[in-house]
Amino acid sequence: MAPIAQQLNAQQVTAQQSTPSPVPPASAVSLTGLTRSFGARTVLDGIDLEFPPGQFVALLGHSGSGKSTLLRAVAGLDHDTVGTGELATPERVSVVFQDSRLLPWRRVLDNVLLGAPGREADGRDPAERARAALAEVGLAGRENAWPGELSGGEQQRAALARALVREPELLLADEPFGALDALTRIRMHTLLRELWQRHHPSVLLVTHDVDEAVALADRVLVLDHGRLAVDLGVDLPHPRVYRDPQLGEHRERLLAALGVRPDGGPAGAGPQED
Amino acid sequence: MADHVSSTAVVTAPERTVTRPAPGPVPESGPVRRATATGRPRTRRLSPGKRRPYARLLGPLLLLAVWAVASAAGLLDPRVLPAPWTVLHTGAHLWTTGTLRTDLGTSLWRAAQGFAIGLVAGVALALLAGLSRIGEALIDGTVQVNRAVPTLGLIPLFILWLGIGETFKIVIIAIVVYIPVYLNLHAALAGIDARYVELAETLRLSRWQFVRQVVIPGALPGFFVGLRLAVTGSWLSLVVLEQINATDGLGYMMFQAQNYGQTDVIVLGLLIYGVFGFASDSAVRLLERRVLTWRRSLSS
Ligand SMILES: Nc1ncnc2c1ncn2[C@@H]1O[C@H](COP(=O)(O)OP(=O)(O)OP(=O)(O)O)[C@@H](O)[C@H]1O
Ligand SMILES: [Mg+2]
Repeated sequence: MAPIAQQLNAQQVTAQQSTPSPVPPASAVSLTGLTRSFGARTVLDGIDLEFPPGQFVALLGHSGSGKSTLLRAVAGLDHDTVGTGELATPERVSVVFQDSRLLPWRRVLDNVLLGAPGREADGRDPAERARAALAEVGLAGRENAWPGELSGGEQQRAALARALVREPELLLADEPFGALDALTRIRMHTLLRELWQRHHPSVLLVTHDVDEAVALADRVLVLDHGRLAVDLGVDLPHPRVYRDPQLGEHRERLLAALGVRPDGGPAGAGPQED
Repeated sequence: MADHVSSTAVVTAPERTVTRPAPGPVPESGPVRRATATGRPRTRRLSPGKRRPYARLLGPLLLLAVWAVASAAGLLDPRVLPAPWTVLHTGAHLWTTGTLRTDLGTSLWRAAQGFAIGLVAGVALALLAGLSRIGEALIDGTVQVNRAVPTLGLIPLFILWLGIGETFKIVIIAIVVYIPVYLNLHAALAGIDARYVELAETLRLSRWQFVRQVVIPGALPGFFVGLRLAVTGSWLSLVVLEQINATDGLGYMMFQAQNYGQTDVIVLGLLIYGVFGFASDSAVRLLERRVLTWRRSLSS
């Protein structure tokens, strides 16, 4: 428990802040004219994107279309890349990669604790929070395991816990389930959606899996030739049933935009992979 | 591969199974893998299997046994190679009445000092060069040049500079030690996985946190490679130094013995070097296993 004086203080601060500018801020993420190129090749060509806090956005696109480049730009990981444009992101951002990226020389709990906010942030013991995060992803009892002792799916769940313990306002994920088997992937979808409902961060999920995108996201974007070719709202209740016909409609629209016919062959007029 | 080929050959040409030397049941249909009596599929284990404790002692002990047997059978001329018990007896004699105790102490002390200084210098330089670009620019090229010069070739120069006392010996040992420590630790620090750098950036680690929690633990396996080379190197250089330029120490003892034709003393000195070299290497391995516990989870 924080001391009462401190609580009062916090209230005063928010009261003061709310007078000049409305809280929360209008936009969680905002990209304006974002351009990134490698040599002569322009990968992102003036991307404009804005999404409100708490929105779950999936980003689709062909291999090499620049999805990772976009995500890395938002994550601030592209130091050596030439580019222009404006970028506004929240303060607390967590990234989940395709590989779990757990440090093999730290036990699972210490991996979750890596760089986690200390006790001074909100008075809670960081280790307790890390334990709670691990419990949330179903890894209670595995705190003292080495990462090498976990299965692929468990490693990825530990990576999710590491992202969560920082209470991100924005969660960036680059094909986080790409290396998992189909069954584990579906479990992870449910888990991610539950975690999102509980913590409500904005999410930008990069994926090449149309089913994954429509099953999870409120909004699906398709990146093609450096631009956002499709911006599709998916306004269906959760949990979503894979065989829902409405879901099927969205899926087909997206597949068409990606240049694939529903039967799996290439569409006549769709954009081609280069 | 070969198994697969031969078992498909069974399908197309059944008569060849007669000449197939493999024991056990012959697959009747296609390349189906059959379980053996233990219920395990018949795959070839490629890792050499579990390590037995003290297994590395086997080779040296066998060598000792051959030596003892050959001596007992009278196959060895004692002037060329005295029997193990003669050497042991000489050792006990020199220990109680001779200079062996002080010689051994002197040698150990030299090796320890040179090793400590070399270790500290190697680690410090590798950290400076591995963690900062300025450090790298200043240090790395210099060490590479130093490495190219045979350290033992520096002995005459160092004697001129530092005199023929203890200092130059310790400096030479320190140089022999610092080079492998530096090279391996620097390579490990510089070769840190870019994915971990990225992770540290997204976790907003401070530079200090990054170095302490990511870079250094990640470089420890490389450091231990260097450390083991350094331990061996320190003993090697000690032998050379003490046989050429010393008035005491194990090497000096052996040098004197050579003048008087005391083969047993020479062999005693060699044995002591061997035992210490082996023991210090084992100590480093033990330390490595303790520190790198996490690696066992990968190899098991
Ligand atoms: N560091 C780099 N240097 C040069 N070219 C790069 C670099 N990173 C990415 N590219 C190029 O930019 C383009 C987009 O790459 P990006 O990794 O963003 O694709 P992607 O959509 O994530 O693909 P995938 O689905 O296969 O992960 C590719 O053509 C790639 O070759
Ligand atoms: Mg990618």
